[in-house]
Amino acid sequence: MDAETLKKRLKDLGFDFFTGVPCSLLGGIIEALAGEYIPAVREDTALGVAAGAYLGGRKPCVLMQNSGLGYSLNVLTSLNMIYDIPVLMLVSFRGYGGKDAPEHLIMGRHCVELMETFGIRNKVCGKDGLASALVEADKEIAKGKPYCVFIKEDTLE
Amino acid sequence: MIMREAITKIISLVGDEYVVCANGFISRDAFNAKDRPGNFYMLGSMGQASSIGLGLAIARPDKKVVILDGDGNLLMNLGVLAMISDIKPKNLLHIVLDNECYDSTGGQPAISSRVDLARAAEGCGIKNITRKGPGEDIVPALMACLRKEGPGFILIKVERDPSEKAARVNIAPPEIAKRFKGA
Repeated sequence: MDAETLKKRLKDLGFDFFTGVPCSLLGGIIEALAGEYIPAVREDTALGVAAGAYLGGRKPCVLMQNSGLGYSLNVLTSLNMIYDIPVLMLVSFRGYGGKDAPEHLIMGRHCVELMETFGIRNKVCGKDGLASALVEADKEIAKGKPYCVFIKEDTLE
Repeated sequence: MIMREAITKIISLVGDEYVVCANGFISRDAFNAKDRPGNFYMLGSMGQASSIGLGLAIARPDKKVVILDGDGNLLMNLGVLAMISDIKPKNLLHIVLDNECYDSTGGQPAISSRVDLARAAEGCGIKNITRKGPGEDIVPALMACLRKEGPGFILIKVERDPSEKAARVNIAPPEIAKRFKGA
């Protein structure tokens, strides 16, 4: 999927608030969202800002690299998941298949398991799975839950 | 002035503003001073009251948003000051109650006794900065800041509360969020 198509899919599903911390794999979509994407200083802060936007009536999406899931866990578990504050997380999957820079390998090996451990629904998307993952994510979000869509190197053009 | 008194004064001055209360005694004291649907009580996620207030201020430009933050909370998320300064929400007032300690975990000292949080806000480029010492009347400054265009930042130095602790917030978290959203 290309960045413009992803933007359109997100908009069609009603997402109207975008924040996060960049990753090279998310460069295209962040560029496509220029003008409305709010750069955050950290991933947990991005989730906090997104939670505030939700409380103000918006439908938020947070973009981050999987390295940011560590910072994010406290906010997911002690804010989103206990207050029923939903969020769509588009998370780039660095270290997928054990091929990446050393700093990505451990998180790459365990990030899916990490989400599973905390009961956060998630989907690792290849080229063709992204559209259906977003639809599935939207159903969880309607129930007030966070959802993590993992974006691999080959997911976005 | 102890923190509880400062919070009671602040809560008595707000009208239809949203008030996002940091976790720990700030939420508890606000809840006990005057519970209202427009109060959002943080239970965990230390540091994030300011982020929530910022997101809310962006989403609801028609409403004033007050962040009731603490020194330990702000130290944990100091980068939010840079975001607030960059985004400049006109409807945001960030109040920091600084008791120079982590009161709800037993009063361990915080470095805010030596690091000036108002200067940090100023250094990030926030223009409207107010400082109040523990003996000063905060009401006129609060009233002025609630009227003034934001983003505003008030640092209020307070004394640590005496040992008698305020009751915990007894509303279930989803209910806190639900009624706040409808406020």
